[in-house]
Amino acid sequence: MADDPTLKLEAARAQPLWPRPPAWAVALGLAAGGFLIAYPAIFPSPFSLHLMIMIFLYALMAQSWNVMAGLSGQISLGHAMFFGIGAYAASVLFAKYGVSPWIGLLVGMAISALAAAAVGLPTLRLKGHYFAIATLLIGSGVQIVFSRWEWVGAASGLYIPIERTSPWLSFQFHGAKTPYYFLALGAAALGYLLVWHLRRTRFGFRLQAVRDEPEAAASLGVAVSGHKVLAFMLSGAMMSAAGTFYAQYVLVLDPERLFSLDISILVLLMTVLGGSGTLWGPALGAAILVPLSEYSRIWFGGTGRTVDLIVYGILIVLICMFRPRGLLSLIEDRLRRREGERA
Amino acid sequence: MTSLLEVQGVTKRFGGLTANSEITFDANAGEIVGIIGPNGAGKSTLFDLITGFERADAGEVRLDGRRITGVRPDRICALGVGRTFQKLKPFADMTVAENVMVGALARTHRMREARDRALEALAFVDLLERRDRFARELSTGQRKRLELARALATGPRLILMDEVTGGVDQRTIPGLIELVLSLKARGLAVVLIEHNMAVMMRIADRILALHAGRRIAFGPPAEVRQDALVVDAYLGSADHAA
Repeated sequence: MADDPTLKLEAARAQPLWPRPPAWAVALGLAAGGFLIAYPAIFPSPFSLHLMIMIFLYALMAQSWNVMAGLSGQISLGHAMFFGIGAYAASVLFAKYGVSPWIGLLVGMAISALAAAAVGLPTLRLKGHYFAIATLLIGSGVQIVFSRWEWVGAASGLYIPIERTSPWLSFQFHGAKTPYYFLALGAAALGYLLVWHLRRTRFGFRLQAVRDEPEAAASLGVAVSGHKVLAFMLSGAMMSAAGTFYAQYVLVLDPERLFSLDISILVLLMTVLGGSGTLWGPALGAAILVPLSEYSRIWFGGTGRTVDLIVYGILIVLICMFRPRGLLSLIEDRLRRREGERA
Repeated sequence: MTSLLEVQGVTKRFGGLTANSEITFDANAGEIVGIIGPNGAGKSTLFDLITGFERADAGEVRLDGRRITGVRPDRICALGVGRTFQKLKPFADMTVAENVMVGALARTHRMREARDRALEALAFVDLLERRDRFARELSTGQRKRLELARALATGPRLILMDEVTGGVDQRTIPGLIELVLSLKARGLAVVLIEHNMAVMMRIADRILALHAGRRIAFGPPAEVRQDALVVDAYLGSADHAA
Protein backbone atom coordinates (compact mmCIF):
# COMPACT_ATOMS: atom_id res chain seq x y z
CA MET A 1 0.00 0.00 0.00
CA ALA A 2 1.65 3.16 -1.23
CA ASP A 3 -0.67 5.37 0.82
CA ASP A 4 0.27 3.89 4.17
CA PRO A 5 1.71 6.81 6.19
CA THR A 6 4.18 4.57 8.03
CA LEU A 7 5.54 3.26 4.75
CA LYS A 8 5.88 6.78 3.41
CA LEU A 9 7.84 7.79 6.48
CA GLU A 10 10.06 4.73 6.13
CA ALA A 11 10.68 5.56 2.47
CA ALA A 12 11.59 9.15 3.35
CA ARG A 13 13.96 7.94 6.05
CA ALA A 14 15.65 5.56 3.67
CA GLN A 15 16.70 8.46 1.44
CA PRO A 16 20.29 9.63 1.74
CA LEU A 17 20.84 12.54 4.12
CA TRP A 18 21.92 14.79 1.25
CA PRO A 19 20.61 14.69 -2.33
CA ARG A 20 23.13 13.25 -4.77
CA PRO A 21 24.36 15.75 -7.34
CA PRO A 22 22.99 15.04 -10.83
CA ALA A 23 25.38 13.46 -13.35
CA TRP A 24 25.70 16.65 -15.39
CA ALA A 25 26.87 18.57 -12.32
CA VAL A 26 29.51 15.94 -11.52
CA ALA A 27 30.69 15.96 -15.14
CA LEU A 28 30.81 19.75 -15.19
CA GLY A 29 32.78 19.81 -11.93
CA LEU A 30 35.33 17.30 -13.15
CA ALA A 31 35.75 19.11 -16.46
CA ALA A 32 36.20 22.46 -14.71
CA GLY A 33 38.70 20.96 -12.25
CA GLY A 34 40.71 19.38 -15.07
CA PHE A 35 40.70 22.60 -17.03
CA LEU A 36 41.94 24.64 -14.06
CA ILE A 37 44.79 22.19 -13.43
CA ALA A 38 45.82 22.16 -17.10
CA TYR A 39 45.37 25.92 -17.54
CA PRO A 40 48.98 27.02 -16.85
CA ALA A 41 50.20 24.55 -19.48
CA ILE A 42 47.69 25.80 -22.06
CA PHE A 43 47.93 29.53 -21.31
CA PRO A 44 51.44 30.10 -19.92
CA SER A 45 51.58 33.87 -20.55
CA PRO A 46 52.10 35.99 -17.40
CA PHE A 47 48.92 37.94 -18.05
CA SER A 48 46.66 34.92 -18.43
CA LEU A 49 48.10 33.47 -15.21
CA HIS A 50 47.74 36.81 -13.43
CA LEU A 51 44.11 37.02 -14.52
CA MET A 52 43.32 33.61 -13.03
CA ILE A 53 45.25 34.32 -9.82
CA MET A 54 43.14 37.43 -9.29
CA ILE A 55 39.95 35.49 -10.05
CA PHE A 56 40.87 32.85 -7.47
CA LEU A 57 41.72 35.43 -4.83
CA TYR A 58 38.56 37.42 -5.44
CA ALA A 59 36.49 34.22 -5.52
CA LEU A 60 37.83 33.45 -2.04
CA MET A 61 37.22 37.00 -0.84
CA ALA A 62 33.69 37.08 -2.22
CA GLN A 63 33.00 33.71 -0.59
CA SER A 64 34.18 35.08 2.73
CA TRP A 65 31.73 37.97 2.33
CA ASN A 66 29.07 35.44 1.38
CA VAL A 67 29.55 33.59 4.68
CA MET A 68 28.45 36.77 6.41
CA ALA A 69 25.77 38.06 4.03
CA GLY A 70 24.59 34.95 2.23
CA LEU A 71 24.60 32.60 5.21
CA SER A 72 23.83 34.82 8.16
CA GLY A 73 22.22 37.82 6.47
CA GLN A 74 24.52 40.59 7.69
CA ILE A 75 25.87 43.14 5.22
CA SER A 76 29.47 44.12 5.94
CA LEU A 77 30.82 47.19 4.16
CA GLY A 78 34.23 46.99 5.78
CA HIS A 79 35.59 43.64 4.69
CA ALA A 80 38.74 45.24 3.26
CA MET A 81 39.96 45.69 6.84
CA PHE A 82 40.46 41.94 7.18
CA PHE A 83 42.16 41.80 3.78
CA GLY A 84 44.58 44.47 4.95
CA ILE A 85 45.13 42.87 8.35
CA GLY A 86 46.02 39.58 6.66
CA ALA A 87 48.41 41.32 4.30
CA TYR A 88 50.11 43.34 7.03
CA ALA A 89 50.30 40.61 9.67
CA ALA A 90 52.20 38.17 7.48
CA SER A 91 54.35 40.76 5.72
CA VAL A 92 55.37 42.69 8.81
CA LEU A 93 56.27 39.49 10.64
CA PHE A 94 58.36 38.42 7.65
CA ALA A 95 60.01 41.78 6.94
CA LYS A 96 60.84 42.60 10.56
CA TYR A 97 61.34 39.22 12.21
CA GLY A 98 61.90 36.80 9.35
CA VAL A 99 58.85 34.72 10.32
CA SER A 100 57.58 32.52 7.48
CA PRO A 101 54.44 33.99 5.86
CA TRP A 102 52.78 30.61 6.44
CA ILE A 103 52.90 31.34 10.17
CA GLY A 104 51.94 34.93 9.38
CA LEU A 105 48.92 33.61 7.52
CA LEU A 106 47.64 31.95 10.69
CA VAL A 107 48.51 34.96 12.86
CA GLY A 108 46.65 37.25 10.46
CA MET A 109 43.61 34.98 10.53
CA ALA A 110 43.62 34.95 14.32
CA ILE A 111 43.95 38.75 14.53
CA SER A 112 41.17 39.17 11.98
CA ALA A 113 38.88 36.83 13.88
CA LEU A 114 39.54 38.79 17.09
CA ALA A 115 38.95 42.09 15.28
CA ALA A 116 35.69 40.66 13.91
CA ALA A 117 34.62 39.70 17.43
CA ALA A 118 35.50 43.17 18.72
CA VAL A 119 33.46 44.84 15.96
CA GLY A 120 30.67 42.27 15.95
CA LEU A 121 29.93 41.86 19.66
CA PRO A 122 28.54 45.38 20.14
CA THR A 123 27.10 45.90 16.64
CA LEU A 124 25.57 42.55 15.69
CA ARG A 125 23.03 42.75 18.51
CA LEU A 126 21.46 45.72 16.81
CA LYS A 127 18.78 45.22 14.20
CA GLY A 128 18.65 47.02 10.89
CA HIS A 129 21.52 48.76 9.16
CA TYR A 130 23.72 49.53 12.14
CA PHE A 131 26.12 46.72 11.37
CA ALA A 132 26.60 47.88 7.76
CA ILE A 133 27.20 51.47 8.88
CA ALA A 134 29.53 50.42 11.69
CA THR A 135 31.67 48.23 9.44
CA LEU A 136 31.84 50.98 6.82
CA LEU A 137 33.12 53.50 9.37
CA ILE A 138 35.43 51.14 11.24
CA GLY A 139 36.84 49.95 7.90
CA SER A 140 37.88 53.46 6.93
CA GLY A 141 39.11 54.10 10.46
CA VAL A 142 41.45 51.12 10.23
CA GLN A 143 42.76 52.39 6.89
CA ILE A 144 43.60 55.76 8.47
CA VAL A 145 45.39 54.07 11.36
CA PHE A 146 47.59 52.06 9.00
CA SER A 147 48.29 55.12 6.82
CA ARG A 148 49.63 56.98 9.88
CA TRP A 149 51.40 54.13 11.63
CA GLU A 150 55.14 54.82 11.22
CA TRP A 151 56.26 51.38 12.42
CA VAL A 152 54.56 49.72 9.44
CA GLY A 153 55.63 52.39 6.95
CA ALA A 154 52.66 54.76 7.29
CA ALA A 155 51.21 55.99 4.00
CA SER A 156 54.11 54.84 1.83
CA GLY A 157 53.66 51.29 3.06
CA LEU A 158 56.24 48.56 3.17
CA TYR A 159 58.24 46.54 0.68
CA ILE A 160 58.58 42.87 1.42
CA PRO A 161 62.28 41.96 1.25
CA ILE A 162 63.26 39.65 -1.60
CA GLU A 163 64.19 36.19 -0.41
CA ARG A 164 65.57 33.66 -2.88
CA THR A 165 66.85 30.74 -0.81
CA SER A 166 63.66 28.88 0.06
CA PRO A 167 60.76 29.97 -2.14
CA TRP A 168 58.12 27.70 -0.59
CA LEU A 169 58.99 28.69 2.97
CA SER A 170 59.19 32.40 2.24
CA PHE A 171 56.28 32.27 -0.15
CA GLN A 172 58.10 34.07 -2.98
CA PHE A 173 58.51 32.85 -6.52
CA HIS A 174 59.43 36.12 -8.27
CA GLY A 175 59.33 35.71 -12.04
CA ALA A 176 57.45 32.44 -11.92
CA LYS A 177 53.67 32.80 -11.77
CA THR A 178 52.70 29.13 -11.93
CA PRO A 179 53.39 28.45 -8.21
CA TYR A 180 51.26 31.47 -7.30
CA TYR A 181 48.58 30.14 -9.61
CA PHE A 182 48.39 26.83 -7.81
CA LEU A 183 48.63 28.41 -4.36
CA ALA A 184 45.74 30.74 -5.15
CA LEU A 185 43.75 27.88 -6.68
CA GLY A 186 44.42 25.75 -3.60
CA ALA A 187 43.43 28.55 -1.21
CA ALA A 188 40.19 29.19 -3.08
CA ALA A 189 39.44 25.46 -3.30
CA LEU A 190 39.98 25.07 0.46
CA GLY A 191 37.72 28.04 1.16
CA TYR A 192 34.94 26.63 -1.02
CA LEU A 193 35.32 23.16 0.48
CA LEU A 194 35.02 24.68 3.94
CA VAL A 195 31.84 26.59 3.08
CA TRP A 196 30.38 23.59 1.23
CA HIS A 197 30.86 21.57 4.41
CA LEU A 198 29.66 24.39 6.65
CA ARG A 199 26.33 24.53 4.84
CA ARG A 200 25.72 20.93 5.85
CA THR A 201 26.53 21.35 9.53
CA ARG A 202 24.35 22.28 12.48
CA PHE A 203 26.11 25.66 12.62
CA GLY A 204 25.46 26.30 8.91
CA PHE A 205 21.79 25.37 9.21
CA ARG A 206 21.38 27.66 12.17
CA LEU A 207 23.11 30.52 10.34
CA GLN A 208 20.72 30.19 7.43
CA ALA A 209 17.81 30.21 9.87
CA VAL A 210 19.16 33.41 11.44
CA ARG A 211 19.46 34.93 7.95
CA ASP A 212 15.87 34.13 6.95
CA GLU A 213 13.99 34.77 10.22
CA PRO A 214 16.03 35.67 13.32
CA GLU A 215 13.05 35.55 15.70
CA ALA A 216 11.92 32.14 14.50
CA ALA A 217 15.52 30.94 14.82
CA ALA A 218 15.63 32.16 18.43
CA SER A 219 12.36 30.37 19.18
CA LEU A 220 14.04 27.17 17.92
CA GLY A 221 16.96 27.46 20.32
CA VAL A 222 19.47 29.45 18.25
CA ALA A 223 21.52 32.08 20.11
CA VAL A 224 21.11 34.66 17.36
CA SER A 225 23.75 37.29 18.07
CA GLY A 226 26.30 34.68 19.14
CA HIS A 227 25.90 32.91 15.81
CA LYS A 228 26.28 36.14 13.87
CA VAL A 229 29.49 36.98 15.74
CA LEU A 230 30.93 33.52 15.07
CA ALA A 231 30.06 33.82 11.37
CA PHE A 232 31.74 37.23 11.23
CA MET A 233 34.89 35.82 12.86
CA LEU A 234 35.03 32.98 10.33
CA SER A 235 34.35 35.38 7.47
CA GLY A 236 37.06 37.77 8.65
CA ALA A 237 39.60 34.96 8.96
CA MET A 238 38.88 33.79 5.38
CA MET A 239 39.24 37.31 4.03
CA SER A 240 42.48 37.69 5.95
CA ALA A 241 43.94 34.57 4.29
CA ALA A 242 43.28 36.12 0.88
CA GLY A 243 45.06 39.28 2.05
CA THR A 244 48.15 37.32 3.07
CA PHE A 245 48.29 35.58 -0.32
CA TYR A 246 47.83 38.85 -2.17
CA ALA A 247 50.63 40.62 -0.27
CA GLN A 248 53.09 37.79 -0.96
CA TYR A 249 52.07 37.96 -4.60
CA VAL A 250 52.59 41.71 -5.14
CA LEU A 251 55.36 42.02 -2.48
CA VAL A 252 54.33 45.51 -1.48
CA LEU A 253 52.07 46.83 1.25
CA ASP A 254 50.08 49.87 0.27
CA PRO A 255 47.46 50.92 2.85
CA GLU A 256 45.63 52.97 0.24
CA ARG A 257 44.98 49.86 -1.84
CA LEU A 258 44.79 47.08 0.74
CA PHE A 259 42.18 48.77 2.92
CA SER A 260 40.32 50.48 0.09
CA LEU A 261 36.54 50.68 0.08
CA ASP A 262 36.70 49.38 -3.51
CA ILE A 263 37.59 45.94 -2.18
CA SER A 264 34.73 45.93 0.31
CA ILE A 265 32.30 46.93 -2.43
CA LEU A 266 33.73 44.57 -5.05
CA VAL A 267 33.27 41.46 -2.92
CA LEU A 268 29.68 42.56 -2.34
CA LEU A 269 29.06 43.12 -6.07
CA MET A 270 30.57 39.78 -7.05
CA THR A 271 28.48 37.88 -4.52
CA VAL A 272 25.24 39.64 -5.36
CA LEU A 273 25.88 39.25 -9.09
CA GLY A 274 26.60 35.54 -8.87
CA GLY A 275 24.03 34.78 -6.21
CA SER A 276 24.22 35.64 -2.54
CA GLY A 277 23.77 32.59 -0.31
CA THR A 278 24.68 30.14 -3.07
CA LEU A 279 27.92 28.17 -2.98
CA TRP A 280 29.21 28.99 -6.47
CA GLY A 281 27.69 32.46 -6.91
CA PRO A 282 30.72 34.33 -5.51
CA ALA A 283 33.07 32.41 -7.84
CA LEU A 284 30.88 33.17 -10.84
CA GLY A 285 30.76 36.85 -9.87
CA ALA A 286 34.55 36.96 -9.53
CA ALA A 287 34.98 35.20 -12.89
CA ILE A 288 32.88 37.93 -14.54
CA LEU A 289 34.04 41.06 -12.72
CA VAL A 290 37.81 40.44 -12.43
CA PRO A 291 38.38 40.14 -16.23
CA LEU A 292 36.10 43.14 -16.71
CA SER A 293 38.26 45.28 -14.48
CA GLU A 294 41.59 43.90 -15.80
CA TYR A 295 40.62 44.34 -19.46
CA SER A 296 39.11 47.76 -19.00
CA ARG A 297 42.43 48.81 -17.44
CA ILE A 298 44.23 47.52 -20.52
CA TRP A 299 41.86 48.98 -23.08
CA PHE A 300 41.28 52.34 -21.50
CA GLY A 301 44.52 52.78 -19.56
CA GLY A 302 44.32 54.90 -16.40
CA THR A 303 40.81 56.07 -17.21
CA GLY A 304 39.63 52.44 -17.31
CA ARG A 305 39.00 52.54 -13.58
CA THR A 306 35.90 54.59 -14.10
CA VAL A 307 34.71 52.54 -17.06
CA ASP A 308 34.58 49.32 -15.05
CA LEU A 309 32.65 51.11 -12.28
CA ILE A 310 30.05 52.23 -14.82
CA VAL A 311 29.71 48.66 -16.08
CA TYR A 312 29.41 47.37 -12.48
CA GLY A 313 26.62 49.86 -11.91
CA ILE A 314 24.75 48.71 -15.01
CA LEU A 315 25.20 45.05 -14.04
CA ILE A 316 23.80 45.63 -10.57
CA VAL A 317 20.75 47.41 -11.95
CA LEU A 318 20.15 44.55 -14.38
CA ILE A 319 20.54 41.95 -11.63
CA CYS A 320 18.12 43.79 -9.35
CA MET A 321 15.58 43.99 -12.16
CA PHE A 322 15.77 40.50 -13.60
CA ARG A 323 17.46 38.10 -11.19
CA PRO A 324 17.45 39.60 -7.69
CA ARG A 325 18.73 36.34 -6.25
CA GLY A 326 21.76 36.27 -8.53
CA LEU A 327 22.69 34.51 -11.75
CA LEU A 328 23.05 31.11 -10.11
CA SER A 329 19.76 31.10 -8.23
CA LEU A 330 17.92 29.01 -10.79
CA ILE A 331 20.47 26.21 -11.01
CA GLU A 332 21.11 25.98 -7.27
CA ASP A 333 17.43 25.61 -6.51
CA ARG A 334 17.39 22.58 -8.75
CA LEU A 335 20.56 21.08 -7.34
CA ARG A 336 19.26 21.16 -3.80
CA ARG A 337 16.08 19.37 -4.71
CA ARG A 338 15.98 15.63 -4.83
CA GLU A 339 15.24 13.52 -7.86
CA GLY A 340 11.53 13.28 -8.57
CA GLU A 341 10.84 16.55 -6.81
CA ARG A 342 12.11 18.43 -9.80
CA ALA A 343 9.02 19.79 -11.44
CA MET B 1 0.59 20.46 42.58
CA THR B 2 2.18 23.21 40.53
CA SER B 3 1.22 23.61 36.88
CA LEU B 4 3.73 23.23 34.05
CA LEU B 5 3.28 26.88 33.12
CA GLU B 6 2.48 29.50 35.72
CA VAL B 7 2.06 33.13 34.78
CA GLN B 8 1.84 35.35 37.83
CA GLY B 9 0.73 38.95 37.59
CA VAL B 10 2.77 39.86 34.50
CA THR B 11 2.67 43.45 33.33
CA LYS B 12 4.13 44.92 30.16
CA ARG B 13 4.07 48.56 29.20
CA PHE B 14 5.10 50.04 25.86
CA GLY B 15 5.50 53.72 26.56
CA GLY B 16 2.10 54.92 27.77
CA LEU B 17 0.31 51.79 26.61
CA THR B 18 -0.16 48.91 29.02
CA ALA B 19 -0.25 45.82 26.79
CA ASN B 20 -0.53 43.36 29.67
CA SER B 21 -1.70 44.32 33.13
CA GLU B 22 -1.18 41.87 36.01
CA ILE B 23 -2.19 38.78 34.09
CA THR B 24 -2.30 35.50 35.97
CA PHE B 25 -3.06 32.09 34.50
CA ASP B 26 -1.62 28.60 34.30
CA ALA B 27 -1.55 25.57 31.99
CA ASN B 28 -1.10 21.89 32.84
CA ALA B 29 0.41 19.06 30.87
CA GLY B 30 -2.27 17.45 28.69
CA GLU B 31 -4.41 20.55 28.77
CA ILE B 32 -5.49 23.05 26.11
CA VAL B 33 -5.73 26.63 27.31
CA GLY B 34 -7.25 29.07 24.84
CA ILE B 35 -6.66 32.81 24.86
CA ILE B 36 -9.39 35.01 23.43
CA GLY B 37 -9.83 38.73 23.16
CA PRO B 38 -10.31 41.43 20.52
CA ASN B 39 -7.36 42.79 18.51
CA GLY B 40 -5.03 44.71 20.76
CA ALA B 41 -6.12 42.84 23.89
CA GLY B 42 -2.50 41.81 24.51
CA LYS B 43 -2.59 38.15 23.44
CA SER B 44 0.58 38.12 21.34
CA THR B 45 2.43 40.26 23.88
CA LEU B 46 1.61 37.64 26.49
CA PHE B 47 3.21 35.00 24.23
CA ASP B 48 6.29 37.18 23.82
CA LEU B 49 6.58 37.53 27.60
CA ILE B 50 6.36 33.79 28.14
CA THR B 51 8.89 32.95 25.40
CA GLY B 52 11.42 35.63 26.32
CA PHE B 53 10.98 37.92 23.31
CA GLU B 54 9.79 40.69 25.63
CA ARG B 55 10.74 41.31 29.22
CA ALA B 56 7.96 41.77 31.77
CA ASP B 57 7.96 45.01 33.77
CA ALA B 58 6.43 43.17 36.70
CA GLY B 59 5.29 39.68 37.62
CA GLU B 60 6.89 36.40 36.70
CA VAL B 61 6.63 33.35 34.48
CA ARG B 62 7.50 29.90 35.85
CA LEU B 63 8.03 26.68 33.97
CA ASP B 64 7.81 23.59 36.14
CA GLY B 65 8.30 25.84 39.17
CA ARG B 66 11.44 27.41 37.71
CA ARG B 67 11.40 31.15 37.11
CA ILE B 68 12.03 31.95 33.42
CA THR B 69 11.31 35.67 33.43
CA GLY B 70 14.11 37.52 31.62
CA VAL B 71 15.62 34.34 30.16
CA ARG B 72 16.65 34.56 26.46
CA PRO B 73 14.29 32.97 23.87
CA ASP B 74 16.83 30.32 22.79
CA ARG B 75 17.31 29.25 26.42
CA ILE B 76 13.56 29.05 26.91
CA CYS B 77 13.35 26.79 23.87
CA ALA B 78 16.01 24.58 25.40
CA LEU B 79 13.87 24.35 28.55
CA GLY B 80 11.03 22.85 26.52
CA VAL B 81 8.85 25.67 25.23
CA GLY B 82 7.90 25.81 21.55
CA ARG B 83 5.92 28.52 19.78
CA THR B 84 4.51 29.60 16.46
CA PHE B 85 4.10 33.17 15.30
CA GLN B 86 1.00 35.08 14.25
CA LYS B 87 2.94 36.53 11.35
CA LEU B 88 4.40 33.34 9.89
CA LYS B 89 8.18 33.15 9.77
CA PRO B 90 9.28 30.27 7.54
CA PHE B 91 12.96 30.06 6.58
CA ALA B 92 12.06 30.89 2.99
CA ASP B 93 15.31 29.87 1.29
CA MET B 94 15.54 26.50 3.02
CA THR B 95 13.56 23.42 2.10
CA VAL B 96 10.66 22.25 4.22
CA ALA B 97 12.74 19.40 5.67
CA GLU B 98 15.65 21.76 6.38
CA ASN B 99 13.28 24.16 8.17
CA VAL B 100 12.19 21.44 10.55
CA MET B 101 15.76 20.18 10.95
CA VAL B 102 16.66 23.56 12.44
CA GLY B 103 14.11 22.82 15.15
CA ALA B 104 15.37 19.28 15.66
CA LEU B 105 18.95 20.57 15.97
CA ALA B 106 17.94 22.16 19.26
CA ARG B 107 17.95 18.61 20.67
CA THR B 108 20.70 16.87 18.73
CA HIS B 109 24.04 17.68 17.11
CA ARG B 110 23.80 14.88 14.58
CA MET B 111 22.41 15.77 11.16
CA ARG B 112 21.10 12.27 10.43
CA GLU B 113 19.18 12.18 13.68
CA ALA B 114 17.90 15.72 13.07
CA ARG B 115 16.59 14.68 9.67
CA ASP B 116 14.84 11.62 11.11
CA ARG B 117 13.17 13.71 13.79
CA ALA B 118 12.22 16.31 11.19
CA LEU B 119 10.64 13.69 8.93
CA GLU B 120 8.61 12.37 11.87
CA ALA B 121 7.37 15.86 12.70
CA LEU B 122 6.52 16.44 9.02
CA ALA B 123 4.59 13.19 8.87
CA PHE B 124 2.72 14.26 12.00
CA VAL B 125 1.54 17.52 10.40
CA ASP B 126 0.99 15.79 7.04
CA LEU B 127 3.66 17.71 5.13
CA LEU B 128 5.96 14.77 4.41
CA GLU B 129 5.24 14.88 0.68
CA ARG B 130 6.36 18.52 0.52
CA ARG B 131 9.67 17.92 2.31
CA ASP B 132 11.96 18.93 -0.57
CA ARG B 133 10.00 22.03 -1.57
CA PHE B 134 11.33 25.41 -0.58
CA ALA B 135 9.36 26.90 2.28
CA ARG B 136 8.48 29.92 0.15
CA GLU B 137 6.53 27.64 -2.20
CA LEU B 138 3.99 26.59 0.46
CA SER B 139 0.45 27.90 0.90
CA THR B 140 -0.54 29.72 4.09
CA GLY B 141 -2.14 26.61 5.60
CA GLN B 142 0.93 24.55 4.80
CA ARG B 143 3.19 27.22 6.30
CA LYS B 144 1.19 27.09 9.53
CA ARG B 145 1.71 23.35 9.68
CA LEU B 146 5.40 23.84 8.88
CA GLU B 147 5.78 26.23 11.82
CA LEU B 148 4.07 23.72 14.05
CA ALA B 149 6.33 20.88 12.85
CA ARG B 150 9.40 23.03 13.40
CA ALA B 151 8.35 23.91 16.96
CA LEU B 152 7.44 20.28 17.70
CA ALA B 153 10.83 19.07 16.47
CA THR B 154 12.43 20.95 19.37
CA GLY B 155 10.70 18.42 21.67
CA PRO B 156 8.65 20.89 23.74
CA ARG B 157 6.59 20.14 26.84
CA LEU B 158 4.63 23.35 26.33
CA ILE B 159 3.61 24.74 22.97
CA LEU B 160 2.19 28.20 22.29
CA MET B 161 0.28 28.53 19.03
CA ASP B 162 -0.69 31.93 17.69
CA GLU B 163 -3.84 31.95 15.49
CA VAL B 164 -4.11 28.34 14.49
CA THR B 165 -6.98 28.68 12.04
CA GLY B 166 -6.63 32.34 11.04
CA GLY B 167 -6.27 32.94 7.31
CA VAL B 168 -6.38 29.30 6.25
CA ASP B 169 -8.72 27.52 3.86
CA GLN B 170 -11.92 26.54 5.72
CA ARG B 171 -11.55 22.92 4.59
CA THR B 172 -8.23 22.52 6.39
CA ILE B 173 -9.59 23.63 9.77
CA PRO B 174 -10.78 20.16 10.92
CA GLY B 175 -7.31 18.78 10.21
CA LEU B 176 -5.66 21.52 12.25
CA ILE B 177 -8.03 20.87 15.14
CA GLU B 178 -7.16 17.19 15.02
CA LEU B 179 -3.49 18.13 15.29
CA VAL B 180 -4.04 20.29 18.35
CA LEU B 181 -6.07 17.55 20.03
CA SER B 182 -3.41 14.94 19.35
CA LEU B 183 -0.78 17.21 20.96
CA LYS B 184 -2.94 17.28 24.06
CA ALA B 185 -3.25 13.50 23.87
CA ARG B 186 0.55 13.27 23.77
CA GLY B 187 0.63 15.08 27.10
CA LEU B 188 1.80 18.49 25.94
CA ALA B 189 0.48 21.64 27.49
CA VAL B 190 -1.05 23.64 24.64
CA VAL B 191 -1.74 27.36 24.85
CA LEU B 192 -3.41 28.79 21.81
CA ILE B 193 -4.66 32.10 20.57
CA GLU B 194 -7.71 31.66 18.40
CA HIS B 195 -10.37 33.92 16.94
CA ASN B 196 -12.70 31.18 15.83
CA MET B 197 -14.96 30.95 18.90
CA ALA B 198 -16.75 27.82 17.76
CA VAL B 199 -13.40 26.01 17.58
CA MET B 200 -12.26 27.44 20.87
CA MET B 201 -15.38 26.49 22.81
CA ARG B 202 -15.10 22.94 21.52
CA ILE B 203 -11.44 22.13 22.12
CA ALA B 204 -10.22 24.32 25.01
CA ASP B 205 -10.23 22.95 28.54
CA ARG B 206 -9.92 26.42 29.97
CA ILE B 207 -10.18 29.83 28.38
CA LEU B 208 -8.38 33.03 29.29
CA ALA B 209 -10.28 36.11 28.12
CA LEU B 210 -8.32 39.35 27.75
CA HIS B 211 -9.57 42.85 27.13
CA ALA B 212 -7.40 45.96 26.85
CA GLY B 213 -4.50 44.14 28.44
CA ARG B 214 -6.47 42.87 31.43
CA ARG B 215 -7.73 39.43 32.33
CA ILE B 216 -11.52 39.53 32.40
CA ALA B 217 -12.17 35.81 32.81
CA PHE B 218 -10.31 32.52 33.20
CA GLY B 219 -12.07 29.17 33.46
CA PRO B 220 -13.86 26.38 31.58
CA PRO B 221 -15.50 27.41 28.27
CA ALA B 222 -19.06 27.12 29.55
CA GLU B 223 -18.27 29.47 32.44
CA VAL B 224 -16.42 31.99 30.30
CA ARG B 225 -19.21 32.02 27.75
CA GLN B 226 -21.69 33.12 30.48
CA ASP B 227 -19.36 35.76 31.87
CA ALA B 228 -20.98 39.16 31.59
CA LEU B 229 -17.69 40.93 31.02
CA VAL B 230 -16.73 38.59 28.18
CA VAL B 231 -20.12 38.92 26.52
CA ASP B 232 -19.83 42.66 26.80
CA ALA B 233 -16.26 43.02 25.65
CA TYR B 234 -16.11 40.41 22.97
CA LEU B 235 -18.94 38.09 22.13
CA GLY B 236 -21.69 40.69 22.30
CA SER B 237 -20.07 43.49 20.36
CA ALA B 238 -18.34 41.90 17.40
CA ASP B 239 -20.20 38.57 17.44
CA HIS B 240 -17.25 36.34 16.57
CA ALA B 241 -19.33 33.33 17.59
CA ALA B 242 -21.12 33.33 14.26
